[in-house]
Amino acid sequence: MTEPSASLLHQMLRIRRFEEASAEQYSAGKIRGFLHLYIGQEAVAVGMIRELRDIDAIVSTYREHGHALARGISARSIMAEMFGKLEGCARGRGGSMHLFDAATRFYGGNAIVAGGLPLAVGLALGDQMQGRPSVTACIFGDGAAAEGMFHESLNLAALWRLPVLFACENNLYAMGTALARSHAQTDLSARARSYGLPAESVDGMDVLAVNRATAAACERIRAGGGPEFLEFRTYRFRAHSMFDPELYRDKAEVEQWKRRDPIPALELLLRERGLLDDAALAALEAEVAAEVADAVAFAEAGTLEPVAELTRFVHSEGR
Amino acid sequence: MEISYREAVRAAIVDALERDPKVFLLGEDVGLYGGCYAVSKGLHERFGPERIRDTPLAEATFTGAGIGAALAGMRPIVEVMSCNFSLLALDQIVNTAATLLHMSGGQFNVPIVIRMATGAGRQLAAQHSHSFEGWYAHIPGVKVLAPATVSDARGMLWTALEDPDPVLIFEHVALYNMSGEIGEDAGPVDIDRAAIRREGADLSVITYGGSLHKCEAAAATLAELGIAAEVLDLRTLRPLDDAAIFRSVRKTHRALIVDEGWRSGGIAAEISARIMAECFYDLDAPVARLCGAEVPIPYAKQLEDASIPQPETIVAAARRVVGR
Repeated sequence: MTEPSASLLHQMLRIRRFEEASAEQYSAGKIRGFLHLYIGQEAVAVGMIRELRDIDAIVSTYREHGHALARGISARSIMAEMFGKLEGCARGRGGSMHLFDAATRFYGGNAIVAGGLPLAVGLALGDQMQGRPSVTACIFGDGAAAEGMFHESLNLAALWRLPVLFACENNLYAMGTALARSHAQTDLSARARSYGLPAESVDGMDVLAVNRATAAACERIRAGGGPEFLEFRTYRFRAHSMFDPELYRDKAEVEQWKRRDPIPALELLLRERGLLDDAALAALEAEVAAEVADAVAFAEAGTLEPVAELTRFVHSEGR
Repeated sequence: MEISYREAVRAAIVDALERDPKVFLLGEDVGLYGGCYAVSKGLHERFGPERIRDTPLAEATFTGAGIGAALAGMRPIVEVMSCNFSLLALDQIVNTAATLLHMSGGQFNVPIVIRMATGAGRQLAAQHSHSFEGWYAHIPGVKVLAPATVSDARGMLWTALEDPDPVLIFEHVALYNMSGEIGEDAGPVDIDRAAIRREGADLSVITYGGSLHKCEAAAATLAELGIAAEVLDLRTLRPLDDAAIFRSVRKTHRALIVDEGWRSGGIAAEISARIMAECFYDLDAPVARLCGAEVPIPYAKQLEDASIPQPETIVAAARRVVGR
C-alpha cells in the first residue's frame, strides 16, 4: 500500500518550480524553440517513475522535463540543455524536447508522436533476449493513440510478451485537438485491451493512485506477465507550448481541473495525517527553490560547444 | 566456389549468427516462409524463432524494435521486403536511427543493419520496383551500401555488423539469381572504397548495384567499337568515395553516371556536382547522366525495360559523351 509522504510532495514541487522557472527563462529569451511544460501532470511522473529500478529504461515524449527530473537527471543538466549549453544532458543538441541520459537509461524525449513506442518495444526485446529483468516504461500522450505505430507496437509487445509498461498520459488534448474530436473510441484502455494487454485507467491527478497502479503493473510485468497499459487521466494547466494562444479550450475547464491540482491535494492529505506543517512545507519549498536557482545559475554559467564540433556524433567516434 | 548472390547473402547471415549471439534477423516472413526472396530459407529451422523472428506486417514498428534492441546491446539485422515498403519505416530510420547519436550528444549509437530489396527488372510494377538508395544517401547518420557482386553480397554484411552506427544495405532484386566465384574463406570486405571493375582510358562509367553488370556489358560492346570505358562500382553511396571518382575522371576526362533511380535530385546529380566542383578543368565533355525514366515503374516488360538503363542505352549514352 503506497503511503503519502513528504518525499512525493517534494518531487512534485521540484517539477512544478522547475517548469515555472523554465517559463521565466523562456520569456527572458534564454530558452528558445518549443517549450512544453509539464505543469498539472506532475503526479504521473512522480507516482510512476518511483517504481522503476536502475536497470529499467524510459522512453518519453517532447513534454519530458518532469520525467527526466523524476528519473534522477539533474535539474542542472536539464536546464543547461535548454540553454543550449555543452553541460546539458545532450550537449545542447537536443534542447527541451530531446533530453537524453545514458546513465539512467533515459532514451529521450521523442518529438515524433508515437515514435518512441517501437523503440520501447525494441529496448524491451533487447533486454529480454539478454536475460535482463528490466521493464521499459514507454510514456506517450493521448495523441499517440491515433498513430499507426501505437497499434503496431501494442500488438507486437503483446504478441512477444515483452516487458513494456505503456504509460499513456491522457491530458485530453493532442496539441489543440480534443480527444473526442480525433478518436471514435475515446476509451483508450479499451483499445489496449483489444490487443490483449491488461489495461487500467487511473486518476492521473492522484499521485498515490498512479503509484499504486504502476507498482502493481510493474510487479506483474517483472514476473513475466507481458506488457501492460496504464492510462493516466491528467491535464496540463499551461498551454501546449509557449506559442499556443489556447483557442481550443474553455478557461472554465482549465479552472475546473486546477481545482484538482495534485500538489495541494497531497499537501492537504499530509497535513491531515500530521505528516506536514507550515514549517516543513516552507523548508521543502526553500530546498526546491535553491535547487532550481542553482540549475539556472549553472545553465547561465555553462559553455557553448564550439561550432567546430558541429559534425561530431553524426557517426560514432573512434572508428 | 560458385555461389549465387542470394546464397552469398544467406551465408553472410549464417556467419553473423554463428559468430555473435547478439545477432538476430527480424522482418516479414523471414522465418517459416524463408524470406520474400528466399534469402533466409532454412534459417528458421536451424537457428530457431528467437533469432529468425517473423514479425507482423508493421514496417515502422519492427524497424523501430530493431533500433531499440540495438540500443539495448543486440545486433539486429532487419529485413524489409522492398525499399518501397521501407517508406513505412522511414520515420524510424530517419528520425530515430540516423538522428539519435547526434541528438543525444554522442550518448546513444544505433548498431543496426537494415537490408532491403531494391530496383526493377522482375515485373513487380510501381510499388515493388523503385530505387530509393539515393534518397537514403541524402541522410547524414546512415551508411548506404549497394553490393553488386557476389563477393560484396557475402562480405559487406560482416563489415556492416561491425559498424557502431546504422547501415542500410540495398540488394538489387535482379541480382539474387546471379552466380559468381567466391573463395571458400570469403570474409569481410571494406565498405569505404569504390572499385574499378574494368579499366579504360576513354570515359568513366560510374555506377553501382543492379546497373553494374549492364555497364560491364556495355563496356564490352564499346570496346568492340574502339572505346575503352572504365567501369567504377561505387559500392557505397554514403559516404561516396570521392577520391576514387575523381581519380578515374582525371584519367579519362569524361564521365557517365548510370543510376536506376530517378534523375531529378538523385544521387547521379550529386556525383555530377562533385565532379564539376573538383574536376572541372580535367573534363573534356559535360558530365552525363543516364537514369531511370521519370515514371512509376510499370509492369509490362517492354515498358519496364524502357524505364531503366539497359546495355544498349548505356552504349548510346557513352558514345554521345565521347563523340564517336
